[in-house]
Amino acid sequence: MKNNLKEILFNIAVLLGSFIIALFLGSIILLIAGVNPLVAYHAMIIRPVSNIYGLSEAVVRAIPLMMVGIGISIAFRSKMINIGGEGQIQLGAIAAGAAALALPGLPKVILIPVVILAGFTAGGIWGGIAGWMKAKLSVNEVLSTVMLNYIAFQIYLYLIRGPLIDPSELAWGTGVPQTARMPDSSIFQRLIQGQRIHSGIFIAIIIAFLVYFLLWRTTFGFRLRAVGEEPKAANYAGVKVDKYLVLAMILSGGLAGIAGSIEVIGVHHRVLEGLSANYGFSGIVVALFGRLHPLGVIPASFFFGLLLIGAEMMQRAVDIPSALVISIQGLVILAVVSSNLILENPKYRKKFLSFFVQKL
Amino acid sequence: MGKIQSMEMVDITKTFPGVIANKDVNLKVESGEVLALLGENGAGKTTLMNILYGLYKPNGGKVLINGKEVNIDSPQKALELGIGMVHQHFMLVPSLTVTENVALGIKFKSKFSMNLDRVAEKIKKLSELHNMNINPNLLISDLSVGERQKVEIIKALYHEANLLVLDEPTAALTPQETDQLIKWLRSVIGEGMGVIFISHKLNEVMEVSDRVEVLRNGENVYSTKTSETNIDELARNMAGRDVKLPTAERKSKYGEDIVNLKDVWAKNERGIDALRGINLNIRKGEILGIAGVSGNGQKELAEAIAGLQKIYKGEIRFKGENIANKSVQQIIDKGMGFVPEDRLHMGTIPGFKVKENMILKDYLRDPFSKIFLLDRTYINDYCKSTVDEYDVRCPNINTPTHALSGGNIQKVILSRELKRNPDALIASYPIRGVDIASVQYIHEKLLEARDNDMAILLITEELDELINLSDRIAVIYEGQILDIIDAKEADKSRLGLLMAGVKEGVS
Repeated sequence: MKNNLKEILFNIAVLLGSFIIALFLGSIILLIAGVNPLVAYHAMIIRPVSNIYGLSEAVVRAIPLMMVGIGISIAFRSKMINIGGEGQIQLGAIAAGAAALALPGLPKVILIPVVILAGFTAGGIWGGIAGWMKAKLSVNEVLSTVMLNYIAFQIYLYLIRGPLIDPSELAWGTGVPQTARMPDSSIFQRLIQGQRIHSGIFIAIIIAFLVYFLLWRTTFGFRLRAVGEEPKAANYAGVKVDKYLVLAMILSGGLAGIAGSIEVIGVHHRVLEGLSANYGFSGIVVALFGRLHPLGVIPASFFFGLLLIGAEMMQRAVDIPSALVISIQGLVILAVVSSNLILENPKYRKKFLSFFVQKL
Repeated sequence: MGKIQSMEMVDITKTFPGVIANKDVNLKVESGEVLALLGENGAGKTTLMNILYGLYKPNGGKVLINGKEVNIDSPQKALELGIGMVHQHFMLVPSLTVTENVALGIKFKSKFSMNLDRVAEKIKKLSELHNMNINPNLLISDLSVGERQKVEIIKALYHEANLLVLDEPTAALTPQETDQLIKWLRSVIGEGMGVIFISHKLNEVMEVSDRVEVLRNGENVYSTKTSETNIDELARNMAGRDVKLPTAERKSKYGEDIVNLKDVWAKNERGIDALRGINLNIRKGEILGIAGVSGNGQKELAEAIAGLQKIYKGEIRFKGENIANKSVQQIIDKGMGFVPEDRLHMGTIPGFKVKENMILKDYLRDPFSKIFLLDRTYINDYCKSTVDEYDVRCPNINTPTHALSGGNIQKVILSRELKRNPDALIASYPIRGVDIASVQYIHEKLLEARDNDMAILLITEELDELINLSDRIAVIYEGQILDIIDAKEADKSRLGLLMAGVKEGVS
């Protein structure tokens, strides 16, 4: 028991230590920009957790991060590196939007699942293409997913500027590239009056548990993990390795697609430019921080949600260029992720632990 | 420091959290002799040698060289003192050349340039001096296992080692390569080299060593001159009990053909014909041994029957049906078992738990899973009882499989394949690198399966194993079956000739 306590204290100490180092380095940036770091950090760390708005916005960001992060964890577990989250989110969003606009008459209980499924399908196809190219043509998935991002982005822009653009934008001649508002029957309920937090959070958490169940309790998950851990042995045991590589990428892309559809029907209520908000890339960090485990990704995505909104609040509080905010955010992520590596690597762990114990 | 006349390890103790790996172990080796270090997997041999080579720091005890205490705190230090080590798993970078690999361990005068030509020249000289025929400009990845071992030895010789530790040097060698190595060992001890020889193969130990030191559970248990002991005595001291390797009782009648290969042709990964018209039949209740120097098509033969290797000509009948090029799953479902050669990366998934590897072929079946849900209670109960039944030594069934010793991993595989009760079983090198007690167990299980009417194809390089277990022995050479002989009439010299591709004029 005593050892356990020491371990926990140690873990917290390492995380806090790295956080403080990152903030210290960040304060140099802030000082150069002529800003009082204390004011900035107060806005970044204290403010998001001290009011409803901050917490609600953190959750709003955590939802897509969770979906993308879980998708990326699945791909990682099959030894596939999915960098294509952005494209998968965008195609998921546009498919979801199109489905909702096409079927406005359906009741809510049917339309919402249909919309989510549409997003899953579009994202899944996009991920599946990369999986198929890897399995059949041995195309490196990092290359293909990045390239597919560019293609998806252009398709997305074309659709919201052309065929799917809001007719009223054309009528008034403003031409903002966005679709019409989603029908009410497709929209997630807001949980708190005046805040953006919406019931998509429940869907996201349910999906996280479902994926956990799928990976560890079903024969499908058994095969998927076997293929990722050791394809030679999986093949020996009769698993069709190629097929499961493609399936893993379909699931991974599909979950990013769901992130896209939830953004449409939960947050923006339209498909518009900039909707993916780099969640496709941040999701990779969330997945790694959550140790590639669907249930680990849940807290990881809340943490990163807080970090994102904190950075926004800091920018508003001290009025510095957003580039600086992004670099401070980058520093914090770098510190937290590398301390996570220290905690996981037994060699470093021992080294640091002995140091830590000596100092005590 | 001069040459090592004698090296002595005194009262070495090494503990790991929860385990005592070495307890007051003593060991002495002098120049010009071969000391065989024996013990089962986990007896503490490797730990002891890692201490000698500066990889571990002992908790107690000291190392004396020529009677003076030395502190070996790194492999560099060990090399400076003249201690060289050839690990069981070679420490070579496959994408670099021989010269570059040797140069990795050298301290050059300049930090920014190294004189590789001089290194290459010295390697060439050493290679000629020791009759090793190694071209320093070749990539490691282009060398055979035997050649890689020679590179490891040259690495040690380059640093003028005159105490050499060989950790299971013959485990992956062909019989010819083993003979060469033993001949070489004799010549270097004649020149004053001291050798510590770790092996599971007791006949080699009898042949090559001058003295024997046996460890069990991290302690010295037996120490003798080789001339004053015998194989049974050594085996008993290693295992702590009598070990008698089982032999097959001769049968007068066998059942019908279970597996039948007709004119099977297959290409290996490099596109070269590895199987060139194989004809074989395995009958019910028989062990058919395959003798041959490794690399003559054994791997492709085993994998073709299991469905992992495509064949382009011929047919493989299993219980009457042609299974050539059918899917692996179909062949498994039809009742084929396979203990593959690469037990850590094909036979098991190293990162999976012991229980997950135990059900690697059964997870789809009721009662292991229903529809698509794994039944965790059933799986846990099943695996717990299997671990007991097959005496798999593991902390618990949730331990990652790569943490187990080779013998125990093999038991996990064997339990999985045998408990499915297949009609035919292919066993590739089932005892490679496994300690004597596990060998006994594995052999007993194979014979038991044979007596229960399983048809077994046994692929191995160990002639003793083949003659003890097989009913018939087929000799494979360059992808063809040269001859099939009754095990009753088999003797080592005849098999040896056939394995080298020499077939007598008339049979």
